[in-house]
Amino acid sequence: MSVQAAVDKLKAQFGDTVLDVSEFRGETTVVVKKEAIVAVCTFLKQDGFNFLTDLCGVDYLGKSPRFMVVYQLYSIGTHTRLRLKAPVDESDARIDTVSGVWATANWLERECWDLMGISFNNHPDLRRILMPADWVGHPLRKDYPLQGPDREPYQGRLQ
Amino acid sequence: MGVEETLGNNVITTSLDKVVNWSRASSLWPLTFGLACCAIEMMATGAARFDLDRFGVLFRASPRQADLLVVAGTVTKKMLPVILTVYEQMPEPRYVIAMGACACSGGIFDTYSTVQGIDEHLPVDVYVPGCPPRPEGLLYAIMKLQEKIMKERNSFGAAIGVGERING
Amino acid sequence: MANLETMTINMGPQHPSTHGVLQLVLELDGEIVRKATPHIGFLHRGVEKLAEHRTYHQVLPLTDRLDYLAPMHNNLGYVLAVEKLLGITDAIPERAQVVRVLLAELTRIKSHLVWLACHALDIGAMTVFIYAFREREEIMNFYEEISGARMTSNYFRVGGLSADLPAGIEERIRKFANDMPGHIATYEGLLTGNKIWQKRIQGVGVISAEDAIDLGVTGPSLRGSGVDWDLRRDQPYSGYENYDFKVIVEEGCDTWARYHARLKEMHESCKLIHQALDKLKPGPILADAPKIVLPSKQSTVNTIEGLIHHFKIVSEGFKPDAGEVYVGVENPKGEVGFYLVSDGSARPYRMKIRPASFINLQALPKMCEGSMIADVVAVIGTLDIVLGEIDR
Repeated sequence: MSVQAAVDKLKAQFGDTVLDVSEFRGETTVVVKKEAIVAVCTFLKQDGFNFLTDLCGVDYLGKSPRFMVVYQLYSIGTHTRLRLKAPVDESDARIDTVSGVWATANWLERECWDLMGISFNNHPDLRRILMPADWVGHPLRKDYPLQGPDREPYQGRLQ
Repeated sequence: MGVEETLGNNVITTSLDKVVNWSRASSLWPLTFGLACCAIEMMATGAARFDLDRFGVLFRASPRQADLLVVAGTVTKKMLPVILTVYEQMPEPRYVIAMGACACSGGIFDTYSTVQGIDEHLPVDVYVPGCPPRPEGLLYAIMKLQEKIMKERNSFGAAIGVGERING
Repeated sequence: MANLETMTINMGPQHPSTHGVLQLVLELDGEIVRKATPHIGFLHRGVEKLAEHRTYHQVLPLTDRLDYLAPMHNNLGYVLAVEKLLGITDAIPERAQVVRVLLAELTRIKSHLVWLACHALDIGAMTVFIYAFREREEIMNFYEEISGARMTSNYFRVGGLSADLPAGIEERIRKFANDMPGHIATYEGLLTGNKIWQKRIQGVGVISAEDAIDLGVTGPSLRGSGVDWDLRRDQPYSGYENYDFKVIVEEGCDTWARYHARLKEMHESCKLIHQALDKLKPGPILADAPKIVLPSKQSTVNTIEGLIHHFKIVSEGFKPDAGEVYVGVENPKGEVGFYLVSDGSARPYRMKIRPASFINLQALPKMCEGSMIADVVAVIGTLDIVLGEIDR
């Protein structure tokens, strides 16, 4: 089914957990509340979006909520894409894991925890994946310096 | 008519340094230590077109059997203890070539996780710039290393306790 | 009494197979692998964070070094994502699109040659390594003539290409595409009928279609399990909808099926190269978007508008509208995607790279557990992983 039909079904099923629906350059983005993320993902998977292409976190430093967890979904049957986002507050940087819905989310959520610091409830194995195990800090956050905390920032160009 | 003695009965005089240096330079055995993109150019140098085997270079998998470490690729802080362990496992004399911009100075990756040049932690003999350097660049580096080895003096003596080793 | 404990060994970040810095911790029961845990991150260079501090043009060389065996594909994915963000996808000229397809397929052959060389080398067939790298040198000659570098090409630009193809290269690429099926037949002659190769490959690394989709595997590793997936056909980009090619799907689900899938893909790529060369017509190579693409040298030096545009684009960079896009391309390894978030400034606010090899590697424990330790090497080879893409 088309993306619009899927979004309409989602809104009909979940009512006001769907916070926003927007479209940009032909791509549809749905923002849902983070508490309902597993239910929404299970619903969308049964609806045909059986492939999780990507999962990442975005740090909107200065805005509230600070983080946004982004899920890129793909339907192999109808060749359509849908983007799902869930806002996560800095004070409570936790969200439920979707590795029960798509097994591919396992490592992607580990990377999100490692680089962004967003913790995933009930994740089977939440530990660092790209940084060394004893690293302090979450490098992809906007307030983490590019050269790392122990080196002088590069003087030659603007930030 | 005909010689009564064969060539093999003759005696050649040379210096011990020359023989030792010549044998070391002519059979450098690097460790297979490719990290990133430069590793692919190192493989291409070892393949048929740019052939490293004609220099006596044979890639060895175990550091105990290697005497050259070609650091080909970006060195990250997570990988650094591994490199140091491998370097310490290599028996002397051992040489290091820093291949590529990332190994020489960190390259374009001026970030939190990249070591800005392997010479912060290891003594480097030859630096090869490039991103990645052409296979001819790596060949030139090996030839330069061979020249450097030929200029060493008293390395054999230093090994058995007679005098100090003098680098060229 | 037999000792019933398992032995844990480390297949460390430095190991003789040339796939890069991957660490596998294996728990063995004799020769059988009970548990395989990959440890990655030894090549994490912080590309995504670095991209936040560079303009959109300056990020392009960083993308070369992700999957360094198929650099033009990464360039293509990034360039398509930025063009979609700017909204100029329809303004890319015909010639630029055809050249992009031509080089993308040449890159696919190049990447599959390295896969074949390293896979065969790990299993013991060293001759194939030398033969495959000989063909690869031919492709690298083309790369060098077209873009200036053997490997990290940095050739595509936002809006088209950086420079036109050099004169006379089309005949040579055509001759290469004519000769390539003969070379592939040589590799098959060395390997396919070889009893040792068959014994090492058949039945190894089995993964079912449901598991593969659930784990997010893409590319030939997914097509070898019977799933009909190809982004060039399903979500076409750069004019792929106008080309006639077959999507190779194999039903075997094991390494043998993936081996055949990739070899047949190389044949399809040769056909695509012929079609692209036939479609090549003279024309502009850059879109008509003066605020985005660099003006020509004559225009920069002779006109004031050209000078100002050049100055602004180089020093400041263009500023796309605020928004976010995701574009995925069919890399030789799988789906490589770029998710770009723009806040209206000259630098990407967030760039997330969907790394095909990272997600394919997640399937490794499932494919290895229960088989022998020698099969682990075959599985690493068949997944065709590149650590530059996994660790970014």
